[in-house]
Amino acid sequence: MSTTLNSASRRTQAGITEPAWVRYSLIGVALTFMFLFLVLPLAAVFTEALRKGVDAYWQALQEPDAWAAIRLTFLTALLAVPLNLVFGVAAAWAIAKYEFTGKAFLTTLVDLPFSVSPVVAGLIYVLMFGAQGWFGPWLQAHDIRIIFAIPGIVLATVFVTFPFIARELIPLMQAQGSDEEQAAIVLGATGWQTFWYVTLPNIKWGLIYGVILCNARAMGEFGAVSVVSGHIRGQTNTMPLHVEILYNEYQSVVAFAVASLLALLALVTLGIKSVVEWQHARDLKATADLPPERPTV
Amino acid sequence: MTAIPSCKRRDDKDMTSKIQFNRVLPGFGLTLGFTLTYLSLIVLIPLSALVFKTFTLTWDQFWAAVTGSRVMASYRLTFGASLIAALVNVVFGLLVAWVLVRYNFFGKKVVDALVDLPFALPTAVAGISLTALLAGNGWVGQYLEPWGIQLAFNPNGVVIALIFIGLPFVVRTVQPVLEDAEKELEEAASCLGATRWQTFNRVIFPSIAPALLTGFAMAFARAIGEYGSVIFIAGNMPMVSEITPLIIIGKLEQYDYAGATAVAVVMLIISFALLLVINALQAWQRRRTGAPA
Repeated sequence: MSTTLNSASRRTQAGITEPAWVRYSLIGVALTFMFLFLVLPLAAVFTEALRKGVDAYWQALQEPDAWAAIRLTFLTALLAVPLNLVFGVAAAWAIAKYEFTGKAFLTTLVDLPFSVSPVVAGLIYVLMFGAQGWFGPWLQAHDIRIIFAIPGIVLATVFVTFPFIARELIPLMQAQGSDEEQAAIVLGATGWQTFWYVTLPNIKWGLIYGVILCNARAMGEFGAVSVVSGHIRGQTNTMPLHVEILYNEYQSVVAFAVASLLALLALVTLGIKSVVEWQHARDLKATADLPPERPTV
Repeated sequence: MTAIPSCKRRDDKDMTSKIQFNRVLPGFGLTLGFTLTYLSLIVLIPLSALVFKTFTLTWDQFWAAVTGSRVMASYRLTFGASLIAALVNVVFGLLVAWVLVRYNFFGKKVVDALVDLPFALPTAVAGISLTALLAGNGWVGQYLEPWGIQLAFNPNGVVIALIFIGLPFVVRTVQPVLEDAEKELEEAASCLGATRWQTFNRVIFPSIAPALLTGFAMAFARAIGEYGSVIFIAGNMPMVSEITPLIIIGKLEQYDYAGATAVAVVMLIISFALLLVINALQAWQRRRTGAPA
């Protein structure tokens, strides 16, 4: 059976695919482009970092300033990602499960931070909380520092990573509809039980996907954080800012050593992302292979 | 397909059942209230600070701040480089998407995963590594220098960094449309005597054109605001290779908050306009692909 299928599909494919030489040259050009623009920069990070050997690399990573930057980066992500996770789930629930006026507008507003330049994102918090800003005098009088301090860094990071989780979940939950949740409620489940046992298992892949992308951006954000950080070594430098300072001081090996950690983070992110996509595709296929319950009328 | 009739029926229902449908699921007030509060605190109020700050300037001051010769040069660079980069990404993004969807080759899954690298790699890391590659003593730069080609520390570098940043936008918008494209149409075209090139031109290309345009607009919008990857490779010479976001940073460093805000407002207006264009393009794409005759 498979042979007849194969020969049949081969015959039909003759009309809908390209000659072999076209296929191979297209693949060749695409892979060359990918190699030049994606693989080479990635490889360059690690070679530059190891240029003076493994010992120099380890030493570069053990600097106290580098450690402070790593700690601050993790702290920032640890605060920003959960905040946007709660927001993402709430926004997706409100937008996907209900009809109300202004829904399309609200969805656009949720996407807004994506289209704002990171530098502008930093600037708006300076205008709010900086010495010249709206709350500047009040904050100074109460000795609270937001700009050029950690709260400002967290705020700017929250802004630039704001839509990541929401925009993964909204289309997913819209596609799933709310029939299952309504059934749970009718059967006597509370709202939380419904969310926990019905909705969450359905959206888990989308959720993980959104969280890892959000995390990658939160740890790697440069422009917005650069405006609000003040670049105080060992205090308000995140890893990307630390890389910048070292690079501008011509400490290339040390700069690339810290950068290599961020590149590793990117690779881990891509790895998890691919696994999540494959899992999700498998789940979808498993559901599609189930016999239909009954024809939809 | 099956969802469409049921959706329609729900719309046609009378008011009472619509209210009941809303009431079955709890949490509307809680989630919408939280969403609006959080959105206002993080996004809307801070963005409005930008607008209010601009109103402290007179029109003449504003105009002078946003049309100074250095600022104008930065607009030309930012828009020009973003446009070129987005066009390059349209060509190569389509090619990469096509190859990934239509052909099989060794390592395809890895290549597919790698497309998202610019999303995952921090921009500052991309910036320093592209610079290291293209500088006169870099892996790539050393072979170009004898030919008199300089790709780092001038506008060429800006374009290259923006190509890197924008690639996944085009690939990831075109890829799903190509995957969903109905092969039957291509078979029909071929049966009717079209050459492969005609089929591509007349059948495939029109169906992916909206996605391609959306990808272009997204790559362009991202490129205009990009900062981290560009500043390392640009060289940042005033009037020559200084991008608009850097102008804002420069004004901030001189405590010219009003001037920085004015330029930022211009960028914000452009972002809004592009966001609207992208939304319209996506709506067009949905109509193209979603509407069943």
